[in-house]
Amino acid sequence: MAFKSSITRLFARSPVRPLQQHMDRVQSCVQELEPFFEAVAAGNLARATEIQKDIAVRENAADDLKHKLRGRLPRGLLMPMSREQVLEVLTMQDKIANMARDIAGVVVGREMKLPPPLAEPLALFVRRCVETSAQAREVVDELDELVEAGFRGGAVERVENMIDALHQIERETDKLERRLRRSLFAIEADYPPVDVIFWYRIIDWIGEIADLGERVGNRLQLMLAR
Amino acid sequence: MEFGTLYLGLAVLFGLFMAWGIGANDVANAMGTSVGSGAIRFRQAIIIAAVFEVAGAILAGGEVTRTIRKDIVDVSSLSANPELLVYGMLSSLLAAAIWLLLATRRGWPVSTTHSIIGAIVGFSVAGMGADVVNWSKVGTITLSWIVSPVLAGIIAYAVFSSVQRLVIDTPDPVANARRYVPGYIFMVGFIISMVTLVKGLKHVGLELSLAQSVGVAVAIGVGIAILGAWLIRRVMIIADDDRDFHYANMEKIFAILMVFTAIGMAFAHGSNDVANAIGPVAAVVGIVQSGGDIAVHSATPVWILLLGGIGIVIGLATFGHRVMATIGRGITELTPSRGFAAELGAATTLVLASGTGLPISATQTLVGAVLGVGFARGIGALRLDVVRTIFLSWAVTLPAGAVLSIVFFFLFRLVFS
Repeated sequence: MAFKSSITRLFARSPVRPLQQHMDRVQSCVQELEPFFEAVAAGNLARATEIQKDIAVRENAADDLKHKLRGRLPRGLLMPMSREQVLEVLTMQDKIANMARDIAGVVVGREMKLPPPLAEPLALFVRRCVETSAQAREVVDELDELVEAGFRGGAVERVENMIDALHQIERETDKLERRLRRSLFAIEADYPPVDVIFWYRIIDWIGEIADLGERVGNRLQLMLAR
Repeated sequence: MEFGTLYLGLAVLFGLFMAWGIGANDVANAMGTSVGSGAIRFRQAIIIAAVFEVAGAILAGGEVTRTIRKDIVDVSSLSANPELLVYGMLSSLLAAAIWLLLATRRGWPVSTTHSIIGAIVGFSVAGMGADVVNWSKVGTITLSWIVSPVLAGIIAYAVFSSVQRLVIDTPDPVANARRYVPGYIFMVGFIISMVTLVKGLKHVGLELSLAQSVGVAVAIGVGIAILGAWLIRRVMIIADDDRDFHYANMEKIFAILMVFTAIGMAFAHGSNDVANAIGPVAAVVGIVQSGGDIAVHSATPVWILLLGGIGIVIGLATFGHRVMATIGRGITELTPSRGFAAELGAATTLVLASGTGLPISATQTLVGAVLGVGFARGIGALRLDVVRTIFLSWAVTLPAGAVLSIVFFFLFRLVFS
């Protein structure tokens, strides 16, 4: 006998847990950027290449989860948040991992050498950007509790505070980015122009990680406000 | 009456078959949400179902049994040839049971109620003409199939919203769960005993005034609320459990509540759906025992209600547990704080329908209740297209039950006369 019932049929798998797992993988990808740039600053190309490969593998793992989750979200689901909101958060998370992969890819591919005066401000900037995405992960991690609380009361307040903190960190990364750009501007005449242009671009991309992290938070804020 | 004993034997046999089908398929749906949310263990569910399905059938199943037995077909017009009604009721049982078996095999979401009603209307129209069918009663029943899931959904929505306000959305959910959960337990006990006392107990020989009924129902409600409060006091609150998930301890308290709603659900299901199996049996028994006189006013004997209860337990023990096991694995998103709201909504609706004598589908009522909680943003993800599946299953089950019972009806008439 096929033992199925309409009651079982009624329940679909909630997208919340897979969304959280995806963000976990994205973050495991992003946090590699810190040791990566340490290796670059130390001029250790072999170590940087190793980490870059690791980032690519982790990005792939996140992609697998993304495809699985998308396949699991057909239309006609009744969820505490809209299907579009879930997919948007997923897309933002995905872009974070892609960014990390591209950054490492370009730095290794072009065998870029870090001008020594940039080492300190860059390390600070990277750390803060990774923290932005870590904070976004924390917010996504609260989603199951929000569902349990029915998107009301204390849980909502807590998450809103976390999102405020996220905005705060992101603003700091903007400041650090400006500082880093000024440092690069001060020495740009001393280095090959193409390298300099690429460093500007890398700085841009690292900042993009913080932006995307903030946007994950913004999407979740939209879920709260319904 | 010629072949009287044979008719009785067949009625009991087919009735058991039908009750077995209900136990194999339907009961698992009624109990599955409790098992799925982790509130009760599988074995406990079987025991609760066995005891309270039978209790519901005996204590509150009389009204629906009567509806199926003699309100759908206008029996007074059949006094000239009562055998026709015997053939028809036997055919209906056989048709509905076979259809149920087939559908369970295929995994179709059919309702036992719809198959038996379809079968009874089917043989009546084909065998005796559309005039004998009490169409206004059939209309009321059909309407109740639409109203019952909606009503269950509204109750479940309201109950879950109250839980959000009183417990979940507070600084100390555990303390508030301790405070308010006994109140919900009281509601379960009060509603079910109230309907049973007011509507169900006449055939058991117990008649109470409204005031007496309210008094007894309140006493029962308070009694089980105290029992519940005692059980809640024994729940282990471990602060560390809340670290990953802040509501883990609160859910432990709701799990106690869900034991009571599971009992209510089993009782309510027994009171409504067992009649699908024993209503026709009661009709045949009534005709045979009165020697062919279509006894309009005889009450349903308790042994027949018991027969239905036993059939359900056998169905549950032989096949139902497997269905229940798959449900248990299938529902991981339903935590006790939502599951109980859904069950309370469904059980209340079911038992109200039982009191009114309306045969409704337990499964569809529960689906409505779960959707109600879903609309309160309480559940991870629900498939709305099951609503379409339900309507589709009506469209198939009603004529299928009808056609099968028509075939059996002419077969029986050919064999016996």
